[in-house]
Formats: sequence, C-alpha cells, structure tokens
Amino acid sequence: MLTSLPPFIVFFIGALLAALTRGAVRKGILIGTPVVGAIMLLNATHGIAVQVEILDYTLIVHRIDKLSLLFGYLFHIAALIGVIYALHLRDTIQHVAALLYAGSALGAVFAGDLITLFIFWELLAVTSVFLIWARRTERAYRAGFRYLIIQVLSGVILMAGAALNYYATGSLAFERFDLQHAGSWLILLAFGIKCAFPFLHNWLTDAYPEATPTGTVFLSAFTTKVAVYALARGFPGTELLIYVGAVMTCFPIFYAVIENDLRRVLAYSMINQVGFMVCGIGIGTDLALNGAVAHAFNDVIFKGVLMMSMGAVLLRTGTINGSELGGLYKSMPKTAGLCIVGAASISAFPLFSGFVSKSMVMVAMLEQGHPWLWLMLLFASAGVFHHAGIKIPYFAFFAHDAGFRVREAPGNMLLAMSLGATLCILIGVYPSALYRLLPYSLDYVPYHATHVIAQMQLLFFSALAFTWLKLSGIYPPELPSINIDAEWLYRRGGRRAMCALAAVFDSADAQWRVTANRGLQALRSVAFRSHGPGGLLADAWPTGRVVWLVIATLGFVLIYNYISR
Amino acid sequence: MTPPDRQKHLFDNPSNTKRVLYALYAICAALLAVDFFYHRHISHPWEPLWGFYGLYGFTACIVLVLVAKFMRKHLMRRDDYYDAD
Repeated sequence: MLTSLPPFIVFFIGALLAALTRGAVRKGILIGTPVVGAIMLLNATHGIAVQVEILDYTLIVHRIDKLSLLFGYLFHIAALIGVIYALHLRDTIQHVAALLYAGSALGAVFAGDLITLFIFWELLAVTSVFLIWARRTERAYRAGFRYLIIQVLSGVILMAGAALNYYATGSLAFERFDLQHAGSWLILLAFGIKCAFPFLHNWLTDAYPEATPTGTVFLSAFTTKVAVYALARGFPGTELLIYVGAVMTCFPIFYAVIENDLRRVLAYSMINQVGFMVCGIGIGTDLALNGAVAHAFNDVIFKGVLMMSMGAVLLRTGTINGSELGGLYKSMPKTAGLCIVGAASISAFPLFSGFVSKSMVMVAMLEQGHPWLWLMLLFASAGVFHHAGIKIPYFAFFAHDAGFRVREAPGNMLLAMSLGATLCILIGVYPSALYRLLPYSLDYVPYHATHVIAQMQLLFFSALAFTWLKLSGIYPPELPSINIDAEWLYRRGGRRAMCALAAVFDSADAQWRVTANRGLQALRSVAFRSHGPGGLLADAWPTGRVVWLVIATLGFVLIYNYISR
Repeated sequence: MTPPDRQKHLFDNPSNTKRVLYALYAICAALLAVDFFYHRHISHPWEPLWGFYGLYGFTACIVLVLVAKFMRKHLMRRDDYYDAD
C-alpha cells in the first residue's frame, strides 16, 4: 500500500539519500523526491490512511481530504521548483535541510491530531533554520537564532494549547476549534505567530532576507502557508480573523514602500498577502474559504517567482539593496521578464493567477456586509501593485543604471522561475484547473466584465500615481537604512529593559552580598575559635580521653533511665 | 571586471521611456472613458460613482507614499542600527 505512505516519509528518505550522495546522483534524488511524492499523492484515496496507537492516544499521521490534498499538491510543486532552483549548489546542508523542511510542511498538513501537528510544527522550525544559517554570516547566524526561538515558542504554545484543549474537551483531534476556553486561544496564538499576525510578524521580515538566495525561496513557500492551512482547518468563520487579516493587508505595505532590502520588501508583501487569506478564513463562507486557500496556492508560486528573481539578482550582483541596484534588465533580461510575470500575478492583473483567487475574498467580503473592510482590502490591493508589482522590478531591473554588467542567472534558476511563471499564467488564463481542486463548493466566475474593468482601473491608476510621484520627485528614494518595527521591542527595548533591570538588581545584589559577607565573616570567626588551631573541637584527642568520655556518656544515660523510671 | 557595455539598450533611448509613459496615459484615459458606457453590477454604494476605482487606486497610492514618507521621518535608522552595540 505505497499510496498510503505519508509524503513526509518520502521526503525524509530523500533527504537521507541526498546527504549520502554527491553530484549527478544527488541531483537526481533532489528532483526525484517531489516527483515520487506527487505521484503517490495523486493516487491517494480520501480518508484516514495511517494512524498509530501510542499509550492511550490515537495519532492520526495521515489524514487525506480535499483541504489537506490541495496543500499537499502545492507543497510538492513548491518543493520541485525549489530544488530545481537550488540544483547548482554544492551545499549539502541546504539540500538536506530543504527536503527535511518540505517534508515537515507536508507532515503538518496531513496531520489529523494535535500531537502529530505539534511534532511537525517544531520540525518546520528546526529544519528551516539551517537555510538561514547556511548564509554563513554573523548577521544570518543571529537572525537564525531569533527566528528559531520564536518558532519554537510557537510550538510550545501549541503544545500547551493542545494539552488544555484535551483537558477541556477530551479530544486531541485537529478539527474546528471554538474560542470557548483557554486551550483554543493558545492554539490560535500559536497559529498566529507562524501566520505573522500583527506584532507577531517580525520573525518573518527579520529572518527571511538573511537566508541564502535559495533558502529564502523555500522559506517563503512553507511556514506561513502551513499556518494558513492550520487556520483554515481550525478556525474557519472566526470573526476576529477578518479584522486581524484586514490589518495585515494594510500595515506592511507602508513598510514595504520605504524598505531598501528588496527581499525584505517581499517579506512585508508576504504578510500583506497572508492578510487576504486570513480575511477569507475569518469570513468563513465557502467562497471566502476557497478564495483563501486558492490565494495561498497562488501566492506560494508567484511569491516564489519573485523571491527567485531577487535571489538570482543577489547571487549575480552580491547585493539586494534597492539603493545599489538598477538597470539590470540589460544583463539579466530573462530574469527581469520572469520577475514581471510574478509581479503581475501578485498585483492580480487579469489573466494572471492572483486575479482569480484574490477577487474571491474581496467579493465574499462585500457579500458578508463588510463595506469598510472591503475598502481596506481595496487600498491594500492598490498598495500591493505599488510596492511589489512596480517597486520590485523597477528598482532592480530599471530605474537608473547602477552599472552592473553581470551574467544572466544560471540555467537551473531560469528553469525554476519559468516553471513558476508558467503556472502563474496557466492558472490565470485557465482558473478552473485550480478551482477543481478547491475544498468547498464553488460557483464563481472570475472573468466577469465588472471585475476585469474595475481591477484594470485600480491597477493602471496606481501605476499612474507611481509615475507621477516618481516624476515629481515626491517618491521616497531608496536609502541604505532600516525601519523600526515591532521587533524593536525585543531587539532593542527588551535589551534595554534587561539592562535597566540588571542595574536595579546589581545594586540590591551588591547590598545583599556585603551583608551576607559580614554574616559569613562572623560565622567564620566563631568556627575558627572552636575548629581553628588550638580550638577545642579541632584538637586530636588521645584514645584514653575518648574512652572516658564514652563511659561518662553511657553512665549518664544509665542513671537518667534509672531515675526516670 | 566585466567589459564595458557598448550595446544600446531599450531604455537608453529617452524616447522609448516616453513611449511607455504615453501608453500608460492612453490606457488610463481609455479606462476612465469605459465608465461612461459600462454600468457595472454593484455591491458597494461607492462603486457606481464615476471613475471610482481609478480615483481610489490613484488616491490610495498617493496616501500610501505620503504616509510612508512621514513614517520614515520617525522610524528610519542607519542600516547597522541593531548591530551597533
């Protein structure tokens, strides 16, 4: 029964084999792993395929339904594109970590209970951090540690939530939770950290841009999408999420406009896209949930294309700062073209993939009577085009010529980007290919004149605004800088608070030490009197004196007992 | 070092940049004009306003950039801000 084998096993075996091999053999294994996994998944039947009894618990290791299958297919596609993109590397750590990481993501989406989910949740953190550390710089090392701490913390909160949930409901099942008790709130918090909810989001913008060019491509595909899946499974129709999602769509775009590191711009843009998904999950209608997961599907692919193009730029030029780049269309025209396809998709241009999924969430938002939130999403849609659709390609490939004359991206990278770009257009032109895979019933036509015209107006006038701002000199220039975000609280504020606390503690500590020292001194002099040289108790006593002492003691005991009778 | 680039590229010629801009203006004008003829199925009270989507997108981006510029005044630090201690 090979088809019932959980896909993570295929990936873990693939990782083991990749670790033991070199050269062409390893390349074959890297590509073969997602292909074999995908073939097995295509033949899988719905239901609980694998469950394990441990102690009194039944762990559902492999649950297959339309929702988990959609993410299963998606992660196989992402893994395949990712390994092709990483094929030129000779870095065992990255190859192995990538396969383990992809496998962990697959393990998480097919998990049917909270214990299994927790295991893969933590494995996601532990395997992916090596893709950051593989950059082998001090910055990456530190960023990786911050990332690891936050990710593992999310897992610990998940475990605590699962335990409380079990206590309250007697069930470990990973199904829909209602926010009636502390356990489900903790589970929501754990999902929220991985999902980059506002104020919990900085691990993403901190760590992803510090990873290797190939590492970021993998990172951008899995962690947040596992979290979106988990939210869609555990909290569909939770109204709170509509508001959280709407905030997520809006605040990152401001940061994206003034951010210099173009991969960090994409990281902020990722929070913005996940915001649309969180909104859809919060709305919770069939249309909205379909829109959320369809958008997750498309986002992995178009964000992958954008991240890959920026990775290629970083590989060839050695920098990814908007302030240092420009004019690369001259030496990397193919990368530029593929980047533009990704940019058009994320901006939701008609005939590109983002259009057919994002509009579902937008329509559902209006249908459910949230006109103001709809305006927020519309604002965010214009903003996406502004910072991801225009800014990324413009500052990297056009703008002023920074003078780089580099080689085009390696063939394997171009192939990976082309695969992604092809999927972006294929899904955009022929959306029913994706719609067929969606988990809930769907009656939706994306290519309606109303939608198409409205979207074109929104986007072209956003482009017009960019042009006007740029020509009039109002547009903020790219500057070598960073911007303070919520992470300040733990990267600076936390440290300062610790220092202040330490200062208070230090003086109290010094006081206490002086007092304690005096006490010890006094004790010491007492001890010295009795135990020091010539002290009564320190003397070596002759045997005779000891015998007398024993006789005296025994005599005392005898007399005492006699009298007390 | 890579050899100097003597080839003329697409946007080395300023008139090509101009062409792109004119094309953009023309498309925007055309899209505005569509609003005279096309009555969309609406679900939001503002949608039937003439040029709503165009104006909203344009205004949204201006507001986005101006607010971001304002944020920069307060939030921008040197790029080694977190490394420097």
